[in-house]
Amino acid sequence: MATQSTASFSAQLTRYYSFYTGGFVAFVILIAILEQMGVPNKILGYMFLGATVLLYAGIGIMSKTADVSEYYVAGRRVPALFNGMATGADWMSAASFIGMAGTLYLSGYDGLAFVLGWTGGYCLVALLLAPYLRKFGQFTIPDFLGARYGGNIPRSIGVFAAILCSFTYVIAQIYGVGLITSRFTGLEFSVGVFAGLAGILVCSFLGGMKAVTWTQVAQYIILIVAYMIPVVWLSVKHTGNPVPQIAYGYVLEKVTAREQVLNDPTTPDGAKEAEVRAIFKQKQEAAEGKLKALEAGGAAYLAEEKGKLVQAAADLKAKPDADPAAVAAADKAVADFPVDAAAATAAWKKAAAGAKAKAGPIAAHAEPFAGKDDEARNKKRKNFLALVLCLMVGTAALPHILMRYYTTPSVKEARKSVFWSLFFIFLLYFTAPALAVLAKFDVYTLLVGSSFSELPSWVSAWAAVDKTLMSVTDINKDGIVQLAEITIGGDLIVLATPEIAGLPYVITGLVAAGGLAAALSTADGLLLTIANALSHDVYYKMINPHAATTRRLAISKGLLLVVAVFAAYVTSLKPGDILFLVGAAFSLAASAFFPALALGVFWKRANKWGAILGMSAGLGTCMYYMFMTYPFFGVNAPLWWDINPISAGIFGMPAGIIGVVVGSLLTAAPSKEVQDLVDHVRYPNLEGDIKTEAA
Amino acid sequence: MQLTEKHKQYWQKNLRLTGILLAVWFIVTFVIGYLARDLQSITILGFPFPFYMAAQGSLVVYVLIIWYYAHAMNKLDQEYGVHEGDD
Repeated sequence: MATQSTASFSAQLTRYYSFYTGGFVAFVILIAILEQMGVPNKILGYMFLGATVLLYAGIGIMSKTADVSEYYVAGRRVPALFNGMATGADWMSAASFIGMAGTLYLSGYDGLAFVLGWTGGYCLVALLLAPYLRKFGQFTIPDFLGARYGGNIPRSIGVFAAILCSFTYVIAQIYGVGLITSRFTGLEFSVGVFAGLAGILVCSFLGGMKAVTWTQVAQYIILIVAYMIPVVWLSVKHTGNPVPQIAYGYVLEKVTAREQVLNDPTTPDGAKEAEVRAIFKQKQEAAEGKLKALEAGGAAYLAEEKGKLVQAAADLKAKPDADPAAVAAADKAVADFPVDAAAATAAWKKAAAGAKAKAGPIAAHAEPFAGKDDEARNKKRKNFLALVLCLMVGTAALPHILMRYYTTPSVKEARKSVFWSLFFIFLLYFTAPALAVLAKFDVYTLLVGSSFSELPSWVSAWAAVDKTLMSVTDINKDGIVQLAEITIGGDLIVLATPEIAGLPYVITGLVAAGGLAAALSTADGLLLTIANALSHDVYYKMINPHAATTRRLAISKGLLLVVAVFAAYVTSLKPGDILFLVGAAFSLAASAFFPALALGVFWKRANKWGAILGMSAGLGTCMYYMFMTYPFFGVNAPLWWDINPISAGIFGMPAGIIGVVVGSLLTAAPSKEVQDLVDHVRYPNLEGDIKTEAA
Repeated sequence: MQLTEKHKQYWQKNLRLTGILLAVWFIVTFVIGYLARDLQSITILGFPFPFYMAAQGSLVVYVLIIWYYAHAMNKLDQEYGVHEGDD
């Protein structure tokens, strides 16, 4: 298999990727020079996205392979360090790169559930799964379930669960690809989705895992550089310290002090805020009043209200000196009036909720589980801890991540590789909270209190592009910006940081390229997982075990294409909310896989029926709870112990564990061969050992 | 395949190490998370302690847990003669 030693292969890779990084830096400098020469931003955006995708395609084509082991597990010779980088890129999705800092900006301490959950899960990967899966050493996660529990049923449930959670997750990624492509090139969203899809396919189509691994390493380098540069710059701007992770503690103190001033109506700034909040309070009450009247009066009330608006517009037009702007506004009010009771309820509920959010005081950034009373606080704490646990266990159960530990040369390297994985992920995740605080400081001190006639240029630029990301409206008509007058969408934070920090457009392009790298790399890993589950587990292991190598690979590649196109099609329909899709994937994986995988290694007595019962109970409970409580499905049953649907895994996991234990104890102990298999995975090397590794 | 006493000892040691490290993981994540509001008054580098832990401290602990496990287990493999040959 390996024709050269790991050490010399490692040295060779280091050389390649150093050249590559140097080349990339030179490319960024070239773009910067072009910008200075006056090349328009749109062209620069095209160059950035085009060049990086071509680069990934180049690596993908160079890595093309017809060897089964190379296609499925990159020939099992990826050194720990490089596997760590590839896992980092595989792991960090569009949600981490673009969404995370924004979530932290909007929800302060409570948003840190994502930071904790998406890093701490690697402890479980390292301690409970990675070394054992590497020793087992086949191709997919259902492979392990099939061998450990025997028969096609555990394998089939594994295939179903792997496809379900990977597909849910991949839709969120392709959505991110479409968003970035359309924002930076001006293409339609759906065109952007398919253009991005082409980018995904060139990486994985010809070379499978081998190609995906080497492009992911390249993508990691781009995404981490793109994330760090603007944050370091912003940190220097506000603190004079180029290490934002250390410096932002004192910025957080200033933010907290500022929050207190803005919440205190006896200070001049606080009084202005209170004034704006009072206006929102009135709006909220007006909307709630209309809702109540609608409930009482029904369609008749709706018709009466509409009549009033029509009358008002007519009266206005009848005046000889009517202001044309006022007439237009009155006509618009008539045209926008909800058509029926259902639409009216939805529109007014939304208006009431929006105004209510603005009518309350600012939540303190560093305060955990803020709430009006103990009950509200406990509810938040419960959901915070539940979400952390679901994300952690889900991390240790997502097949596209676990699969990566099949690719290292040995158990020893697999252990080291989890360390490198978390280290590379940690670099981004401990920067995101710093970015959120630095951006908040900027908004609270520089934007709040500035005059509407001289808004900072990044504010007007982003407000012109997308109102959901950035909008400021002078609610109390004093010409000065108050905090309650600003609406910020989470994704803005990362996308606008270069402009907030006053960096040239070239850095904005770099950030876009980084976001694209994050989304593409995760999508690649996920699509490959789905296609492999279908081609390897379903076709080769269950339908046609005698299939020739060329046929297996042809089928795998064909399926990759079909799955990718189907995923892109589903994405172009824009289903659901991205953060929920991502969270759902983790809860599903945690419930379906984790109990059967971990107990499979640590409890010899676990058997086939236990696995079948545990996996179906876990998955079933999790899916049932999501279906019953997530508003998208329209059932809206009451929550269990106030747990939000995103953390459905908190019920699925115990169901899975109980299922495995009960099912196993009720039926006969597994055979001698299976118990030998367990011993085999527990020891990196045993004398007289059986062999499970697939070449 | 027959496991010797030595093999069983290796597995026991592995289980003990895994258990201790999981306990550390649990404390920095869930115990501190649960007590977050009560620990709010402690300050470290300008951060309230629970915020610092959730944003940085726990993450550093996770990295160290995994590093220590890899280091200790690779050594334990050698000690008990269950290490892999050099490729």
